[in-house]
Amino acid sequence: MAETTLDTPIEAHRPRRIKWEAIGDHTVLILGSLLMMLPPLLALTTASHDAVTIHREGLQLTLGDDLGKNFNAAMFEKGGFTQTVDGTLMLMNSFILGIGFAVGKIVISMMAAYAIVYFRLRFATLAFWVIFTTLLLPLEVRILPSYEAIQKLGLTNTYTGLIVPLIASATGTFFFRQFFMSVPEELAEAARIDGAGPWKFFIDILVPLSRTMIAAIFIIMFVFGWNQYLWPTLITTDESFFTLVRGIKQIVLTYTDATIPEHGQALALAIVAMIPPVAIVVFFQNWFVKGLTESDK
Amino acid sequence: MAQVSLEGVRKVYPNGFQAVETTSFTIQDGEFVVLVGPSGCGKSTLLRMIAGLEDISEGTLKIGDRVVNDVDPADRDIAMVFQNYALYPHMTVRKNIGYGLKNRGTLAAEIAAKVEDAAKMLNLTEYLDRKPAQLSGGQRQRVAMGRAVVRDPALFLFDEPLSNLDAKLRNQMRIEIKALQRRLGTTAVYVTHDQVEAMTMADRIIVLNAGKIEQIGTPSEIYHNPASTFVASFMGAPPMNLIEAEMGQGQVRVNGFEGLLPVPEAHSGSVTMGIRPEDVVLDAHGSISFRVDILEELGAHRLLHGAIADQPFTVMVGKDHVANIGETRISLKPDALQLFDKTSGQRL
Amino acid sequence: MKRAGFDNTWLPVALLLPQLMIIAIFFYWPAGWALQSSFFLQDPFGFGSTFVGADNYTSLLGNDQYKRVAGFTIIYSVLVTFFSLAIALLLAVKADKVIRGAKTYRTLLMWVYAIAPPVAGFLGILFFDQSTGPMTKFFQMFGWDFKLGVDYNATATAMIIVAVWKQIPVNFIFFLSGLQSIPRSVREAAMIDNRSATGRFWQVTFPLLAPTAFFLLIINITYALFDTFGIIDALMKGEPGNNPMTLVYKVYLDGFRGNDLGGSSAQSVVLMVLVLILTVFQFRLVERRIHYT
Repeated sequence: MAETTLDTPIEAHRPRRIKWEAIGDHTVLILGSLLMMLPPLLALTTASHDAVTIHREGLQLTLGDDLGKNFNAAMFEKGGFTQTVDGTLMLMNSFILGIGFAVGKIVISMMAAYAIVYFRLRFATLAFWVIFTTLLLPLEVRILPSYEAIQKLGLTNTYTGLIVPLIASATGTFFFRQFFMSVPEELAEAARIDGAGPWKFFIDILVPLSRTMIAAIFIIMFVFGWNQYLWPTLITTDESFFTLVRGIKQIVLTYTDATIPEHGQALALAIVAMIPPVAIVVFFQNWFVKGLTESDK
Repeated sequence: MAQVSLEGVRKVYPNGFQAVETTSFTIQDGEFVVLVGPSGCGKSTLLRMIAGLEDISEGTLKIGDRVVNDVDPADRDIAMVFQNYALYPHMTVRKNIGYGLKNRGTLAAEIAAKVEDAAKMLNLTEYLDRKPAQLSGGQRQRVAMGRAVVRDPALFLFDEPLSNLDAKLRNQMRIEIKALQRRLGTTAVYVTHDQVEAMTMADRIIVLNAGKIEQIGTPSEIYHNPASTFVASFMGAPPMNLIEAEMGQGQVRVNGFEGLLPVPEAHSGSVTMGIRPEDVVLDAHGSISFRVDILEELGAHRLLHGAIADQPFTVMVGKDHVANIGETRISLKPDALQLFDKTSGQRL
Repeated sequence: MKRAGFDNTWLPVALLLPQLMIIAIFFYWPAGWALQSSFFLQDPFGFGSTFVGADNYTSLLGNDQYKRVAGFTIIYSVLVTFFSLAIALLLAVKADKVIRGAKTYRTLLMWVYAIAPPVAGFLGILFFDQSTGPMTKFFQMFGWDFKLGVDYNATATAMIIVAVWKQIPVNFIFFLSGLQSIPRSVREAAMIDNRSATGRFWQVTFPLLAPTAFFLLIINITYALFDTFGIIDALMKGEPGNNPMTLVYKVYLDGFRGNDLGGSSAQSVVLMVLVLILTVFQFRLVERRIHYT
């Protein structure tokens, strides 16, 4: 009430000022959006030109004629040092890493979180701390010994070696634990009275209840797995295991070593590497934002 | 149908906190018993022990003739309605009600028929394919009831099932639950902190305080013959007046006052005297002087809040009585007087 | 723990087992091994190792190159954190304010989150290209002969700009959700009490946003330290030479290219300690955050 009586005369006196302020806000936002949008967009337009043009003139603002050609070459022409890997294979490997990592992480961490939250377990506190200590040290910090471990186990150049060590952290477990704690106690009690055992309760009630959370975590983990770089660089030396993100540097290097670097094809490949994670983040925006802000990383 | 008996049941938590002191009572077959008391009095713990959601530290719990101390909640033949209803949010009303039957291996056709019956009984038929989020508070409450009713259990357990509803709906559901229990004849244990619910629904009330039973009795006994000052002040709104008084020669003398009241008992010394506000009469020739400070108009009657010799006191008068702020005189109905030990608070 | 937990013994153990096994093999074993080998000098040909006590650590602290890398890491982390937080806060405040197009702006400003750091680094190479890069030309306008991969400062600048760009979305998302969780009534009360929008922001909005900002501070430092590996690797185009690098990059370089296992392990342990300090800091903040709400 007080607000409207206060505001009305002010607005009546200077309607222009209010408008200018909104225009200012939009200008800042548009500039910000351009800052974020422009580099990838330029990558796309540039990828539609032939190698000579890009080499001579650099980034292109307009669409050229070679978009299809460059994408075709990037996806289907064998490249790399050994001439055995093409974009399609790397795309597939990226999906294997992204989905394998996300699914593995969700399954394993949901089970662990369920055990910690819903069971009277003598060593539950111990298990909790053993698991949550892993939050302290990211893979990058212990990269060398982790690599040694994988090598000793003979898991280099395998999907297992690529995916499983990335799962060895508690981020997902921590998230699901917090979510399970927020599920009303009475739900488990009602289920017990309804004759549901622990396994039935998990499958019938808890998992369906966590659907949104699972989706949110899946998006975050998929993007995280897809974008892995350092670990795949170390673990996969065999080009048939290259993911797009891991392969991109290699490809860029071989392309650029040529007299006229094939930047068009390299850009096409970079765009292919961007599309799936960007698409999933944009289309499932609400879940993604929820997962990111509620999991506190 | 079954009777429930607790023999020396006690609950101590691992940290040493005693939630329920050694307790024994029996609930008759088909009886509606209400456990009432302030929060933290142990009423919910007691109910949860009967449900099997809480371990029993000591003593024996029988449902029917069976000792169920170590029986899983699912096998006790009970049904429970929770305060927040605990409906499965991702299941339709139909599935919510049928879930317990499904887990017991009941045939699909039989489940469908029983769910339909329960829904009809609770006026839920048109909502069967909705999810809980699409229902109003009262409808959710009914679904929770349906989930209990459909299994035709030996015992209903209610854990403050109406506290999440607004006042009007609460009054309506109170009557519905009571009527339903009457019709089915199922034994029921009902936990609440609301003394109105306790009074209106119970066949017998168990009043609990600090893990101990204060009194077991019919609503009328509890109201008119409270066993302690705790029961006297907890049950009834406005609560019973409790004032300090002196006793001797078969009479009570209110502190600092000449007004003498004849009482039958032959006690003497300091006591706590209790009287319900409706048992006080405005009387120009009354022996006690009462100072009215605040007048509360409630329509059907009025409440006069004030003091007798500086001790807070409330009087309830009918709507026809004229009352004013200031000094007035009252008299008490002698047969409505309650006397309690001044230190223990127990009835004399 | 729930009050009415299930009582089974074998089921929870079975549920925990996969996670515990993975952690044991891929976390505790390597971490312990790093700690151990940081006290040994590894024979470069793999013929065993000798115990050297804290030698690896003392030689680290006496190493000028390591000091230089550590110095760069600090400057880099501070600048990346500051700029990406500041830009994101500005954008989030504006995005929270506008009514029309709010959702579109949100989408446009956050989608870069999904781009992998090395891909961002590759885009950086084109933007900072020595002969044709638009950013290079931009710097040349100010008389700076910008040479990516050759000039230390130029490479460092490019790394910071790309790292800031890549981190804006995360900060933007957190700031925006922090702003949106400020109760309407609080804003309305502030509008009645204070006519100046700037005053309202610094006196009411910003203090309420402080927990989010503190949390993001830690997240950003962690990001600058560890997650920008791909950006740095891409921008130096595989030639460390005289180029700037962060501590994590040096761990990788010494361990995998230089075969200095002991030294690399000692560096790992130093980083572990650093992360531990950050984490303790973060937990205390999170605790305080819980008290807030």
